[in-house]
Amino acid sequence: MEELVPISALQHYVYCPRQCALIHVEQVWEENLYTLRGQRLHQTVDVPDSALRDGLRVERALPLWSEKLGIVGRADVVEFLPDGTPYPVDYKTGPRRARRADEVQLCAQALCLEEMLGRAVPSGALYHHASRRRREVRFTAELRAEVEKVVAEVRELLGNDRLPAPAADSRCRDCSLVEACMPHALRGLPAWLEREWK
Amino acid sequence: MISQLLNTLYVQTQSAYVHLDHDTLVVEVDKTVRLQVPLHHLGGLAVFGNVLISPFLIHRFAEDGRSIVWFDQNGRFRARLVGPVSGNVLLRRAQHEAYEDPDRRAFLARRFVTGKIRNARHVLLRAMRDYPDVGSRVEAAARELENCLKEANRATDLEEIRGVEGRAAAVYFSVLDCLILNKDAAIRFEVRTKHPPRDPVNSLLSFAYTLLAHDCASACEGVGLDPQVGYLHALRPGRPALALDLMEEFRAFLADRLVLTILNRRQISEKDFIERPGGAVLLTDQARRTFLEAYQRRKQEEITHPLLRQQVPVGLLPHIQARLLARYLRQDAAEYAPFVAR
Ligand code: SF4
Repeated sequence: MEELVPISALQHYVYCPRQCALIHVEQVWEENLYTLRGQRLHQTVDVPDSALRDGLRVERALPLWSEKLGIVGRADVVEFLPDGTPYPVDYKTGPRRARRADEVQLCAQALCLEEMLGRAVPSGALYHHASRRRREVRFTAELRAEVEKVVAEVRELLGNDRLPAPAADSRCRDCSLVEACMPHALRGLPAWLEREWK
Repeated sequence: MISQLLNTLYVQTQSAYVHLDHDTLVVEVDKTVRLQVPLHHLGGLAVFGNVLISPFLIHRFAEDGRSIVWFDQNGRFRARLVGPVSGNVLLRRAQHEAYEDPDRRAFLARRFVTGKIRNARHVLLRAMRDYPDVGSRVEAAARELENCLKEANRATDLEEIRGVEGRAAAVYFSVLDCLILNKDAAIRFEVRTKHPPRDPVNSLLSFAYTLLAHDCASACEGVGLDPQVGYLHALRPGRPALALDLMEEFRAFLADRLVLTILNRRQISEKDFIERPGGAVLLTDQARRTFLEAYQRRKQEEITHPLLRQQVPVGLLPHIQARLLARYLRQDAAEYAPFVAR
């Protein structure tokens, strides 16, 4: 049987493939300010329930899956528009640099909803906690194709159990795993050993 | 005494009660709240002697993977909280595979030993620099350690590596007495004795190594390594072989130097030891406390990690090295380099 890919891994992968492998292969989970804030925020959206808000039916912590793509996960919030169209909303706490990664993750949720409910899901939204703003994301053919590509790449990454080399660039500054990853130390290790140990 | 070091909270006040209030840890003494710390500031809790911890706090720590260590009032290790088995099974497997591979095993043993010798030599060189009259014996010993280092670097066989290590230790300990500037007749060092230590300096060294071994074991656990599967030290039930391996590079830098400083500053002196019939020498409770406090303070000092080129508290060094080791074992880093003082 094919391994199921967690939807959250897609977002990690788009941000940095090594981050994805650290979390989903090495099971490293370092807490920093962002992840802690994220957890507290998630506690409010993590409780499964359904409710009516402004006349919309709202599902929280809805389990999602797609057999076609082989992915599983959970939606923070899915709203149902009056005509029954599902509208996924993902809650974001960190800096807004990981845009593309967030969009890929949201679109993967939409693909699951389409398969599960048999209805088109043309758009959804990212809710940024810092600005308390929603940003609508349209699930274009291009974005959908990217999700498929990323799923395949993540499946391969998780299957071969190795860590990709560190990015060691500006991404690392906002990365919660920087202490476990040691991006710069590992990059510099060969030269350092040459100097100090040979 | 309640103190927070790095992210570990040390509670030494007797009959204190530690419990959980939502996401906050609360320390009460005589029914009054003495301290409140948000859980997310804490990685671990260390309690000494008669300190009560509420079951809910224990459950929560286990769940979050935060550590709790129980010591007796004198700082002897008693127990440690172990939550459900979790973490990286691939890392633990890689750790075993490296053990089975004679080349990788010898490589690691060699690195631990060369790290140990380099740091021992560094202690001697430092003393020669700071106290020019420590004598020519120390200089000769430093040179001899240089030879041991070359030999260790060439050695490919585990027995050979252990042999060089033994010789280097003998050379180093043969001049340790020259570094004790306190000239009290009772504070002299001749030869290393353990199980039990038979003079004051040895009993201090043993205590320092115990603390260090626990820190190294925690560091291994912290990154998901099994502290019992080591490379230089043979596997024995109950022996934390990997923690002992990792400890080699820190013995001189962390333990020995602190013992010397404390003796030279007379923070601990002859009256702090008890001789038992038969010759075993023990530390008094007060001396243990004095040393423990000095050790904790030392762990807070910052130094530059040579490879990371980053300021880090001394207490984090074993954790950093454990992580570098894990990276090597998972073949994410091509090699492992021990911490070397400069
Ligand atoms: S620290 Fe940098 S290289 Fe490492 S996982 Fe994070 S972003 Fe990737």
